[in-house]
Amino acid sequence: MGVWVYAEVADDGKVEPGALENLTKARDLGTEVSAVALGPGATQAAATAGEYGAQTLYASDDSVYTDYIAQPAVHALHELIQQHQPELILFSPTYDSRDVAGRLQARTGATLMSNATDILGPDYAQTQIFGGQQIVDVTLSGPNPKLVIVRPKSFEPQPSGGGPAQVVPVEVEIPDELKKASRVERHEQAAAGPKIEEAKVIIAGGRGLQQPENFKLLEELAGAIGSAAVGASRAVVDAGWVPYAMQIGQTGKTVSPEVYIAVGISGAIQHLVGMKTSKRIIAINKDREAPIFQYADLGIVGDALKVLPEITAAIKAKKGS
Amino acid sequence: MNIIALVKYVPNPEGTPQMGPDHRLVREGVEGALDPGDEHVVEAALQLAEQSGGEVTVLSMGPEPALAAIRRALSMGAHKGVLITDQALPGADTLVTARVLAAAIKRGEFDLVIGGVESTDGYTGTLPMAVAEFLAIPNATFARHVEVKDGSIRIERQTEMGYDVVECPLPAVVTVTAGANQPRYPTLKGIMQAKQKPMENLTLGDLGISAEEAKATQEVMGVEPVPAKEAGEILEDPGEAPAKVVELLSKAKVI
Repeated sequence: MGVWVYAEVADDGKVEPGALENLTKARDLGTEVSAVALGPGATQAAATAGEYGAQTLYASDDSVYTDYIAQPAVHALHELIQQHQPELILFSPTYDSRDVAGRLQARTGATLMSNATDILGPDYAQTQIFGGQQIVDVTLSGPNPKLVIVRPKSFEPQPSGGGPAQVVPVEVEIPDELKKASRVERHEQAAAGPKIEEAKVIIAGGRGLQQPENFKLLEELAGAIGSAAVGASRAVVDAGWVPYAMQIGQTGKTVSPEVYIAVGISGAIQHLVGMKTSKRIIAINKDREAPIFQYADLGIVGDALKVLPEITAAIKAKKGS
Repeated sequence: MNIIALVKYVPNPEGTPQMGPDHRLVREGVEGALDPGDEHVVEAALQLAEQSGGEVTVLSMGPEPALAAIRRALSMGAHKGVLITDQALPGADTLVTARVLAAAIKRGEFDLVIGGVESTDGYTGTLPMAVAEFLAIPNATFARHVEVKDGSIRIERQTEMGYDVVECPLPAVVTVTAGANQPRYPTLKGIMQAKQKPMENLTLGDLGISAEEAKATQEVMGVEPVPAKEAGEILEDPGEAPAKVVELLSKAKVI
């Protein structure tokens, strides 16, 4: 069957990590695996897309696809679907891809499944609910292609050893009435230290830290460990303590580090889905009944503001010895 | 300016959701409320209406108890409510829901449709975009800030590493994040007035949608528990914590 992966690509041709995970899975599912990349950098993604299993890359470097939200991409995808009739399209849950998938569903009348954690066939997928306590098997019906948004880190990305994908240029005229929601400015905050998705250790803080200033205790611990990044729960991001880029959970990042240290985070299901696949979990919380302790390899019942500096000192001592 | 606020009634927003034998979330007979994410939707709608002298219509699809969610929005200050309830709708997927909501929106004049980023119970996170496509209007989504000026909107769209500014002519669909505002609490006066505000109840027939068109394209075949993780060690005495943490980090080879 024909399986497509909608791949977001940076200007330099770097492919969004979720697309590589989805391409890896697509190889198991389809006889023909293709990627679709729209926007500057798209054609440069041919080598990576091929390396992870795409035989074909439908690509356009036209900036119309990134200058305007969703509508041009949906228009082009719809044309490609009519021409080539894939059975299944996989998406990452990035903002741009969610916009595209949501609109495409209405355009094609196809089913759209979000938060998939595994795909077993063209019309059979799994998701996990209640913070990953239950696995749900779902059958998909209705017209092709079925649309599935896959949770990050559901599959380990693995190169197939294949050569570059064959680039098929996408030449679709985009009508002016689809050039409405215009991206006029971009603002990026530079983050210090290792990226959250790549850090071996993540120390995440929540409401239990009481005040934004206390995040420095997490930074000090991260500094003592070395290859560590600082993250946060949704509650403190919403409260404006730290930027959104640090948010871990359902609406933030999904991470899977060697060690995850949850500090003053109770463990709401929306947070758990973003971190429960971490190899080892340490939880520090005052409340013995906090759900996070059920997931912890090591749980510490106590006041984080007291315990954290002691842990930092112990690590420094260990490293110094 | 006519603003439509899309809201959802969710069971137990603070508690643990329950699943029935039909593999659907139990929504009836369960204490429910306006989805907490939708309080930000209503707040954003009210602020824009206050600035432009517009009116806010709260629109929801759900069982009869969903009226409670609309009431809450009305008591915050929204002007009227519309609830779509139909026996063909329980189990509806995002395609059906978007089709139904779009049909209800098209019945009147509107300038702006505001929704949440995702619901607290289903969190599919794509519904407002599908509504936008059915209405053939643009979407400016994931807004942490919204302004309306001269017939167009300007939003700050949340991104991985910061935000983008997106401008878009009206009519349009906007979704707002929880960071966009601080929802107001209903006043006693607001709660009293809410009972007098116009409330419309619609069925699929009123929208010209057949039960066949409302058929879901997804079916849950089974639910199984994820194997429980082996219980970890819990230290009631935080004094032991530093040594234990160092031991775990050493074992994980990260220090």
